[in-house]
Amino acid sequence: MALYDTRRRRNHVAIGLSIAATVFGLTWLVLILTVLLWNGLGGLTLAVFTEMTPPPGSAGGLLNPIVGSLLMTFIAVLIGTPLGILAGTYMAEYGRYDKLTTVVRFINDILLSAPSIVIGLFVYEVMVLQMGHFSGWAGAVALAVIVVPVVVRTTEDMLILVPDTLREAAASIGLPRALMIRKVAYRAARAGMVTGVLLAIARISGETAPLLFTALNNQFWSTDMNAPVSSLPVVIFQFALSPYDDWQQLAWTGALIITMAVLALSIIARLLAAQRKSS
Amino acid sequence: MSVTSIDTPAPAVFRTPMSAEGLAEKVSVRSLDFYYGGHQALKDINVSLYENKVTAFIGPSGCGKSTLLRVLNRMYDLYPNQRATGHVTLDNEDILAGAQDLNLLRAKVGMVFQKPTPFPMSIYENIAFGIRLYEKMPKSELDDRVKRCLERAALWDEVKDKIDANGLSLSGGQQQRLCIARTVAVRPEVILLDEPCSALDPISTAKIEELIDELKEDYTIAIVTHNMQQAARVSDFTAFMYLGELVEFGDTTRIFTSPNDRRTQDYITGRFG
Repeated sequence: MALYDTRRRRNHVAIGLSIAATVFGLTWLVLILTVLLWNGLGGLTLAVFTEMTPPPGSAGGLLNPIVGSLLMTFIAVLIGTPLGILAGTYMAEYGRYDKLTTVVRFINDILLSAPSIVIGLFVYEVMVLQMGHFSGWAGAVALAVIVVPVVVRTTEDMLILVPDTLREAAASIGLPRALMIRKVAYRAARAGMVTGVLLAIARISGETAPLLFTALNNQFWSTDMNAPVSSLPVVIFQFALSPYDDWQQLAWTGALIITMAVLALSIIARLLAAQRKSS
Repeated sequence: MSVTSIDTPAPAVFRTPMSAEGLAEKVSVRSLDFYYGGHQALKDINVSLYENKVTAFIGPSGCGKSTLLRVLNRMYDLYPNQRATGHVTLDNEDILAGAQDLNLLRAKVGMVFQKPTPFPMSIYENIAFGIRLYEKMPKSELDDRVKRCLERAALWDEVKDKIDANGLSLSGGQQQRLCIARTVAVRPEVILLDEPCSALDPISTAKIEELIDELKEDYTIAIVTHNMQQAARVSDFTAFMYLGELVEFGDTTRIFTSPNDRRTQDYITGRFG
């Protein structure tokens, strides 16, 4: 019984520590969200979505950075998703037992955790310097470089979760491999793969560093991807550091908008994942 | 030792079972060896599947029954480091030859697995998918084919009102019959059943056994099973395998009443396995 009592005590201690760690983590999250809502909600008016970023001291909104962010995120996902899905498909389906796949996976994991400022500098070097000016394209490419490893990883993981018996079943009716992947494996892994893309979007929508070196910023309305493009994270960065009250208010509101957008994406991703489990 | 012990493996020559005289040989396996990497899983296998007959493969776990089945449609080709040597012919064509088109082979030699594996799509699509692979036909004809396949698998009455429901929403026994219908849909000549009832309840099992009996009118069937009563009930010929060898092959009634080999007798009387 002494042995049992010791085990019980240890169990209580372990549970206590786990709860303390959870509370510690959640506290900061709740504090951040509260401060964000407290400071951001006040400035959340219709003008934020309809007017351009103002000079200090006059009224304005965040329309150009919102549109710029959407535009660059969209293009980044458009470039990064097919690349990521194709690479992930190769790794999980065609090259699962190859040495090359192990190497690619290792490099992909490094890319996955690479500091985004390094990616920004890289794109600055290969695109901005070559073109001679900052541009929306460079920004989108930098974001795409962040998207690719996330999508590669989730695609591979989700396809590996598809049971081999399903692949064998597909093969057993004479299904060629390419069709098996497209019609059976993708279908079985769809929810997880979409979740991966959503998480990649969530990840890049808050990235500031890669955009500072590539898309820079633009105070005026511009959807010209060949010119500098404004984006929410960069505007928040600039406005939050400014001494002007109205700019700081806009920075808070912008931060709130990004957070809410990311939260919405995460919730959708969760719902999709839950749907995958239940189906 | 000059006296041959009773446990010595029988010499590996192929003898046609008595009642198989005059039957057409659909699949013939001669001197087949199979390797998982360096491990030899099948040793010098000689066996035949006769047209429109059911051949059962019995033996303890790990004896190579499923491996043998997976050679017959080259399923092992999906994985690296697995290879087969010897001769396996389907209608006198060597299927181990490099020139063999695997997709066409698998369309001819269908397979049903231990765990039901419906595709993640509707019941209708599960069947129609395979048909569309090899044949082009108008929608009405396709509907008809799907219906007939489901009838063939004794599933139509249970699913006709929810044909667009997901195949995964069916019960285990229904899913397995859906898989049989899917296999039948591509019009194979041989059907391989790899322990098709081991995950099913007795009622579903009985339904599938009945189905096997009907299917052999049109197809040549091989079934791997752990259930010896099942082998005795559904098969015409039985092969007993042990440790990667084919110990004995013959008429089901003879194997179960007067086996030649001591090991076969021990196994079917439940002394090991």
